[in-house]
Parts: sequence; structure tokens; C-alpha cells
Amino acid sequence: MTTPATGAHAHLGSHGDEHGHHPQSFFHKYLWSTDHKMIAMQYLFTGAALALIGGYLAYVFRMQLAFPGMNVPGYGLVTPGKYNSLVTMHGTIMIFWVAMPVLVAAFGNFLIPLMIGCDDMVFPRINRLSYQVFLLSAIILIASFFVHNGAFGGAWTSYPPLSAKGAYNLSPLGASLWLIAVALEFVAFLLGGLNFVVTTMNGRAPGMRMWDIPVVVWMIVLASVLFMASVGPLIAGAVMLLFDQRLGTAFYDPGRGGDPLLWQHLFWFFGHPEVYVVLLPALGIVAEIITVFARKKLFGYRTVLYTTWATGVLSFVVWAHHQFIAGIDPRMANVFTITTLLISVPITEMIFVYIATLYGGSIRFTTPMLWALSFIAEFLIGGVTGIFLGASGADIYFHDTYFVVAHFHYTFFPSAIIGMFAALSFWYPKMFGRMMNETLGKIHFWGTVIAFNVIFIPLFITGAAGDQRRIYSYALFPEQAKPGLQHLRELSTIGVIVLLTFQIPFLINFFWSLKHGERAPENPWHSNTLEWTVPSPPPHGNFAELPTVYRGPYEYSAPGRKTDYWPQNEPIAPVEEAAL
Amino acid sequence: MLERFSTGASTFSGSIDHLIFLVAILVGFWLIVVEGALFWLMYRYRHREGHSSQYITGEEKHLTRWVTVPHILVMLCDIVIVIPAILVWVNVKQTMPPAEQTVRIFSQQWAWSFQQPGADGILDTADDIRTVGELHVKTDTTYRFELMSRDVLHSFSVPMFRLKQDAVPGRTITGWFRATRPGNYDIQCTQMCGIGHGLMAARIIVETPEQHSAWIRRASNPAVAAAAQPALDTDGAKLAEVRP
Repeated sequence: MTTPATGAHAHLGSHGDEHGHHPQSFFHKYLWSTDHKMIAMQYLFTGAALALIGGYLAYVFRMQLAFPGMNVPGYGLVTPGKYNSLVTMHGTIMIFWVAMPVLVAAFGNFLIPLMIGCDDMVFPRINRLSYQVFLLSAIILIASFFVHNGAFGGAWTSYPPLSAKGAYNLSPLGASLWLIAVALEFVAFLLGGLNFVVTTMNGRAPGMRMWDIPVVVWMIVLASVLFMASVGPLIAGAVMLLFDQRLGTAFYDPGRGGDPLLWQHLFWFFGHPEVYVVLLPALGIVAEIITVFARKKLFGYRTVLYTTWATGVLSFVVWAHHQFIAGIDPRMANVFTITTLLISVPITEMIFVYIATLYGGSIRFTTPMLWALSFIAEFLIGGVTGIFLGASGADIYFHDTYFVVAHFHYTFFPSAIIGMFAALSFWYPKMFGRMMNETLGKIHFWGTVIAFNVIFIPLFITGAAGDQRRIYSYALFPEQAKPGLQHLRELSTIGVIVLLTFQIPFLINFFWSLKHGERAPENPWHSNTLEWTVPSPPPHGNFAELPTVYRGPYEYSAPGRKTDYWPQNEPIAPVEEAAL
Repeated sequence: MLERFSTGASTFSGSIDHLIFLVAILVGFWLIVVEGALFWLMYRYRHREGHSSQYITGEEKHLTRWVTVPHILVMLCDIVIVIPAILVWVNVKQTMPPAEQTVRIFSQQWAWSFQQPGADGILDTADDIRTVGELHVKTDTTYRFELMSRDVLHSFSVPMFRLKQDAVPGRTITGWFRATRPGNYDIQCTQMCGIGHGLMAARIIVETPEQHSAWIRRASNPAVAAAAQPALDTDGAKLAEVRP
């Protein structure tokens, strides 16, 4: 750390006065903070709380599916209307209020400034506003459970005309609140995404070239770009839908010159890139973890970035595969089948790169590494089953069956949940200054991953047997009401209960370690990236002296060195230069 | 493969099942190879005392082929899947074989109703047969259907036929099927359509031509027709506006 490196950062210092260690009130420290690490915590805890709500909703409707008509312990009787609300809100919460805030916002906020060697986000007040808007959206969403006729029940895709008219969906206020909450949530992520991109492009420490940025930062930035580029049409669509609901316009009303399919195009134009918005940060997290615990350089850093860009571009031209049988011109399906299958190429390539990284390594199976490896193993299943749905001819049968449900849970669960636990167990020492308990971590890992497969493997089978989605009870469908299929549904429900139970060791581990965990050193995993060069947890302002970067982030086991890691900011010492 | 779970009963169910089988073989192969490689590498390169890891950048030519060769193979598999997928799709959804019969399918919150020609074989005449929750068709006859919705989106799905098509209000969406096996099969609604979505069940009754003409005679009986009529007359009036 020879260079004072003030030049690149001087223009960021408008909030520098906040970096002193003057005492702060509780309100200013925890609720009104502009510190990126505190905002990350706010996002993390809000997202985690909503994950518990989303998990509870899943438990209730799975109980109804396994034991139709039962009085669900902790909820009560599930009526068809409530059932629809439960599945709608489960989907909405898990994607928009869990996956995005935790993966993109929480870890984006925490990691980006620390990993690129910056004292904070470029726009700290916009960052604070982003969380506040997000919190407001979460409150509105939760409030919609308590309005007349309950929360919106028209599925997380909210297709009009069902969502547009209270006479059809029977919960007009719930539908409007849902829409307002979703639109506000998008505004929050627009503000956050803007910050991520600008900070990464302009706030990097001296010496950090584009090719020296850690993969996880690249992935979060690209996810933000995808999000910002795709969300505009959906916000426009949401405003039109809100007008249809509240002002009696007819954008989606076929009786008065509108078209319900318009919404589907706007929704999925956003909705498919959204899949990658969630997936990419998880892929980035996995890249950081497998390199550290295999003590290996990432196999083809540039290949990873090229394939990510290719995936990002392709993700904008595949959306209509959600609409093959929606009544669009059938000839369009042929084009979208080709683009959809094409996207399998960069994604498989990326997975091959990750697997190849293990070659020649020295793998330690710590809790974060187990999560990262299970991400690859589980995501592969989600990836290959997507081919069935992208191939238009096969989608005729699988569309809107439980096969689809199982498929996207095999992509979203590894991304959002496994990715979240991987990141938490890996960066916990940095975030909270304590180590987590490995034994509890492993119990939590095995319980969660096994239960996850117990939930969703049976659903591939019921889907292949023709179970359609969003059905409250199969009693009226003789072919689906067979006992064999019902046993599979019960098995899946048992999986949900086991999965939720196994979150208890995690919660104990998390809160116990906060106070009683072993104190974390600066760099417990012997990692290279810049966040490990500051104290754990990092102080306000992050770096006592802003670092200078000399090399890429994955120089593990470099030949001719005494240690098997080589921090990005370590200058080349004269002795070692001589040795080389 | 799908036959294990659900028996096909239309002329195109076989081709869709074959396509699914083809995809299953190809992706199953890749899944096993890649998971195998992952677990083998995890085992082979587990941490052992005295073994340190190697420094491999993965950017040299002889190394990148570990990624580029699978890349090309995956691309080839994609082509092998895309072609039959499109062929099946074109056959089922894009072409309309000469129809021998026409049925109208009406969806509404939360019921299916059907209109088909009576004994005269012509649609939109006085002896049309209208049914609710039950569609009678005969085997080995190509049916053209006209699918309509009176309110929100629905989806007409007959899993045994491998048939699925959304109904969109304001449009008439056409398609076809040709049943092969007599029997009673589920009709599902597979598009979220409100609180009664799970109740929107109907049956499709596939009969032999003899059984079917007997049914037509019974159903066209003026007395039977009159009994079925009152409930539907008002809907009939609504239909006229909905159709474009």
C-alpha cells in the first residue's frame, strides 16, 4: 500500500464528513445510515424476514395439497380464494422480496465498495433512498394480506383481464396494492442498480483494470444492467394495468379495443431477464467461493465474462417461450424455440468453466464450499429440465404443469437460497466479525439440500403425469386424483416441513455466533480480494488507506510463492521479484 | 416414457411423447456426464496433506478446448432437439388438417361449455347440441375446435391428448385434434382464472362412431335439447357479442 490513491476517490468524498467516528444515535446508525454496509444489513434482514413469510406460505399451501381440506396447523382452513392468494404471494415474495434484495441488493451493497477498494457507494443518499422505497413496498405488500378479501390471488404473473377487474378476481384492493408494491420495488432496484453500475465503473481503486474486477462484482453489475434495461416496459405495463383497475381505462380489455396479450409481452420481456438477474449474482458468489476453497485460479476468467455477456444479450430475445400456447401467432414459437435453446450454450459453458476450476485443486469442504458445490449440482438439474420447456413441441404438454414448477425451483432455489447461504457463510466473518459454527453449518446444509430434493423431485413426476399448477384440490380431476400421485404430493409436503425445520440450526448458528462466535481475523479464508484486507467488520469508510491493485483476484497457488494466495493489493516485493 | 404416467389418446400424442423422450435421452446424458465429472473432481482433488493445487489459468489453447469442445457438442444437441421440436409444433399448432367436424368450446368463470352440430351435421342450426362440462367426440375423426372465452384467460388442456391451448377473450382460437382411443378423459383449465380455477374441470368422452351417433340421436331429441336449453340461452346471446 504505497500509493496514497486519493485522486480517483477525491470526487466521491462529498459525504466524507460522515466518516468520522463520532457517536451516532440509534436512528442515524441503523435506520438513516448512508453506509453501504448498513444498507446491506437492512436489505439482508428485510429479505430474510420475508423469506420466512414466503416459506410459511409454502408450508400452508403444501399442507392443503397433501391433505386437502385439512385445518392447517398455524393457519386454519384453506379456501380456494386463500389458496390462490397463498401461491401468488409466495411467488411474488420469493422472487421480488427475497431473491433480489438478498442477492443483488444486500450482497451488492456489501461487496461492491469493499471488493473494488472504494470507501462507499458513489451515491450514498440514493442508496439510502433505495432501501427506504424497498421497505415501503414490502410494507404495502404485507398490508395487502389484511384488506377486504385478502391479498391478490391472480398468480405472480398477474395476467389481465383477471387482474384488471375486481369483478373477476374478487380482491380489487389486494390487486392494486400488489401492483403498487411491485412497481415501487422496481423503483428501489433501479436506484440501487444505478449505484452499483456507476460505483463499479468509476470508484475502483487505482490499478484495478476491468479484468481485475472480481467475478461476483461483474455479475451483480451485469444483473443490474439487465434489470434496468428490461424493467422499463414492465413499469409502463404496470401503470396501464393500474389505470385499468382504478380509472376504468381499457389497455387490456378486449371488449373495448385493448389486448390482454400485451401485458404478457411486457411482463415476460422483463420476466425472463429477471431470471438471470437472480442467477448471475449467485454464479458470481459461487465463483468466489470455489476458487478460495479449491485454492485455484478461476479456469478462464474471461470466458466466464464473455459467456455472461452472451447470456445477458440472449435473455432479451427468449421471452415468448412463456407464451407458446398463449394464443400468439404459432409461427413465433419457432423463432423463440431456437433462441431459447441457444441460451443453453453460454450457460453450460459457464458451468463447465466452474467444474474445470476444480481440476488440480486442493478442495476443502467447508460450509461455504458445500453450498457452492451444491449450487452447481442442483442448478444443473434446473438447467437441463428447462430444455423440455424451451422445445415448443414438448412445451405443449408440460406448459403450466408441476414439471414447470419443479424446473424453476431447481433454478431459483439454488440461486436465491443456496446462493444466499453460500454467501452468508462465506462473508459472515467479514460482515459481523465472528466465525460461524461449522458443525451447525453442516447440519443446516445437509438438511436443507436433501429436503429441497425431496420436495421437488416428486413434483417432476406429478407434472409429467399431468398435474396442472395452481389447483387447490385435484378431487374433480379423476386422472390426477389417483392415490399414487397423492402420495407424491404428500412426500413433497414432508420435504417442505423438513426444510423449514432445518432452518432452526441456521438461525441458532447465526444469532449465537454474533455474540459468542470465535473472533474473525482479517482474512480467515486466505482469500485474495480486497474486502479481506480490512478489519472484520470493516469500519465506516472501509479502508484506512485506499488500496492499490496489482493483479487479478484469483492468483491462488501461484508458482514461486511461499503462501498459496496473493492478495490483489500486495505490491511485488523486491525479494520475490528476484525469485521470479 | 410419458406413457408410464399418462396414456396418449390422440394422433399427435405419440409424436409429442417421442420428442420428450428424445430430449430426455440427450439432456439425461449430459446431466450424468457433468454431474459425474463434478463429483469425480470433488473426490479426486479433495484436500490431502502434501498435495498442493496447481496453477492453471485456463486461457491457453490446449486448455480452452475442455470448454470449446463441449460447447460445440451442446450446440449440436440443441440442433438435434430444435428440429423435431419445430416439426412437432408445426404439425400440432401451425397446420390445420381438413376437418370432418367442428366444435365450439366456450370457457368462462368457471365452467366449460360446448356447442356441436346435431343430426344435420351443420353448426349454427336449431338442432345444435350444447353441453356443459362434457364434450362428446368420436374416434378417428379430425375435429377442428374454435376456442373462446367469455371473461378472463383460460386454458383448454386435455393431458391424454397432449393438447393445451389458452383461450383469450375477444378472440377465436382454432386448433385440431383426432382422438384414437375411446374413453373418458380429463379436461383441465391450466390458466389461473380466479377463485374457481381448481373447480374448472370437465370430461371429454371419446366414443366409437356408433356410440357417438347414438348419443347424437339422444341429445338432438327435441325434449332433451329443450331441457338443456334454458340455462344456456342467455349465454348464447352473450357469445354473439364476444366473437370478433
